[in-house]
Amino acid sequence: MTRFTSLQRALHWIMAACILTMLFVGVHMVSTVSPNYLALFTLHRTLGIAILALALIRLAVRLRSGAPPLPRDLPAPMKLAAQGSHVALYALMIGLPLIGWAMLSAGGYPVVLWGGIWLPPIAPQSDGLHTALWAAHVGLGLLLYAVVLLHLAAALFHALVRRDGVFQAMAGDLGRERAAQARQPAE
Amino acid sequence: MPAPPRRAPRSALGSLVLIAAVVAFAAAAFAYAGGWLSPQRLTPDRLVDAFAPPGGPALGHRRNHAKGICFTGVFEANGAGAALSTAQAFAKGVYPVVGRFNLGTPNPDAADATVRVRGLGVEIATPDGQQWRMALIDPPVFAVSTPGAFFELLHASASKDPEAMKTFAAAHPEIAAFGAWANGAPWTGSYAEERYNGLNAFVFTDAAGARRAVRWSLVPEARPAPVPLEELAKRGPNFLEEEIAQRLRSGPARWTMVVTVADPGDSTADPSKAWPDDRRKVEVGTLTAQAIVAEADGPCRDINYDPTVLPNGMATSDDPFPAARSSAYRVSFDRRAAEAKDYPRTATGASR
Ligand code: HEM
Ligand code: HEM
Ligand code: HEM
Repeated sequence: MTRFTSLQRALHWIMAACILTMLFVGVHMVSTVSPNYLALFTLHRTLGIAILALALIRLAVRLRSGAPPLPRDLPAPMKLAAQGSHVALYALMIGLPLIGWAMLSAGGYPVVLWGGIWLPPIAPQSDGLHTALWAAHVGLGLLLYAVVLLHLAAALFHALVRRDGVFQAMAGDLGRERAAQARQPAE
Repeated sequence: MPAPPRRAPRSALGSLVLIAAVVAFAAAAFAYAGGWLSPQRLTPDRLVDAFAPPGGPALGHRRNHAKGICFTGVFEANGAGAALSTAQAFAKGVYPVVGRFNLGTPNPDAADATVRVRGLGVEIATPDGQQWRMALIDPPVFAVSTPGAFFELLHASASKDPEAMKTFAAAHPEIAAFGAWANGAPWTGSYAEERYNGLNAFVFTDAAGARRAVRWSLVPEARPAPVPLEELAKRGPNFLEEEIAQRLRSGPARWTMVVTVADPGDSTADPSKAWPDDRRKVEVGTLTAQAIVAEADGPCRDINYDPTVLPNGMATSDDPFPAARSSAYRVSFDRRAAEAKDYPRTATGASR
């Protein structure tokens, strides 16, 4: 196995787009008073819950299909960083939407998704809990963006500098041309 | 076979610079989206900060309408509203209410006779698990046309410059109608004698999918008895809370909910302008306040009466206020919930 399965690649890129959207919508909506605020917030709740569902499916697929091995010559600290950041990304993809949902529940707000879908509360109403979850949602949201930026830098490092096939493992057909070129014997 | 064209060798340094540029661009775009690069932008935080009196806000309390008292009661729908909206709150029936009588001031210790605007927060819960929240006030129109103008008004009224309010009124002539009410309308001695108006326009959808722009009011059953302000000032700083507690001990207070339906073409975007008097009005039910509970331990304390919490069958319109209010109420709620220790519950309620 040198690549993620096509299902894994599809999930990865769809979710990458969704999560980047969520992060930008999140910081934009909390600084907005215009009528866009309500639409952004509805999008944030709806897409956030969709990400939760996709992340759980993705985790199950990952446990079943596994992942291609990292290049043998990748230094141990980099391997550790790669694996650690992937675990962190999975944890945040699942944790952040749950925290958002629980935060609204603790604040006594209904959680209403696009299309008029009302979700039940998943936490008791409580000032203290609301405050803790709010701090966690904001802090972990920013942390997620930081990890995504690192992940992006690492992916480009593999693609442009190391040219070791790690990028192609996720890029799939998009990276095939590159992979073919990378395999040309150096002269 | 001809050898495929070879890629020009790229220096590792060039690639690293490119990667750094991509990451820097992504970080800057994020900061831009979050408004960190545009401090002049009107954010909910700045809007809420503008309410704070010179000594700073009262920690643990609402940032506006800070003085208030909880009540419990019911909303009894007569079924007439079902022709306007599919919300369960309009199906004939009786639904529990948690409400809050309040005063339009950031000071929770303000004397009742010093605050012109009186308000009412209402949350109606229905068996389908949905809720309808609203926060209404007693003037017949709002002071200004836009949330931006409201922000300027807060600054003008807090300004030490004696000309600030005049300059503001010249730029926002719509404030005259509110001013006429504030200076001319009689005061009453009871929360139960006030008419509370939603002012903002919303859209109701009926079972056939027809959409209608509406506003609503709660019209008191008790006849308003005008009382001169000097007389009210003598009744003590908390006369409104004492009076309503006393009144409900001897029987409930009631309001009729009246929904006004806009004619096509009526402006829904400006709560500083009333619709003409002859618009269709539908009495949809009765709000009954049954029992008073002090705010510190009361069920209204931790409710954010965000006017955009609406059941299915109701939605916001092009009125810009509900969105601005929702964003500001969220900030106010985040702050006061985080400061709960500064507004202790009494012993009986401390368990929560
Ligand atoms: C992958 C999923 C999610 C991500 C990446 C995310 C990210 C964010 C970010 C970056 C913010 C802005 C924080 C700030 O700068 O103040 C935010 C705010 C918020 N999010 Fe999420 N979020 C996610 C899911 C959810 C979900 C599912 C809900 C609710 C159902 C939710 C509810 C909220 C709320 C209520 C706020 C505003 C908090 C406040 O009062 O300041 N989020 N989110
Ligand atoms: C919000 C954005 C993103 C998230 C949450 C995310 C998450 C993840 C996760 C969890 C993995 C590990 C997959 C597994 O082991 O099951 C992964 C792998 C990967 N990602 Fe992303 N990703 C994001 C954006 C990106 C972007 C923008 C790129 C490239 C420019 C990228 C390139 C890659 C590559 C090349 C791999 C394969 C690494 C390997 O072979 O182990 N990702 N991503
Ligand atoms: C942009 C304009 C407005 C801003 C920024 C604003 C701001 C606020 C804030 C910060 C609170 C405290 C919320 C909380 O902590 O729960 C509040 C409460 C309240 N507002 Fe507004 N408001 C605006 C417009 C209005 C309008 C148009 C009305 C009436 C139609 C209104 C009626 C009320 C009432 C009755 C309360 C008290 C609700 C309760 O009992 O919790 N406000 N407002």
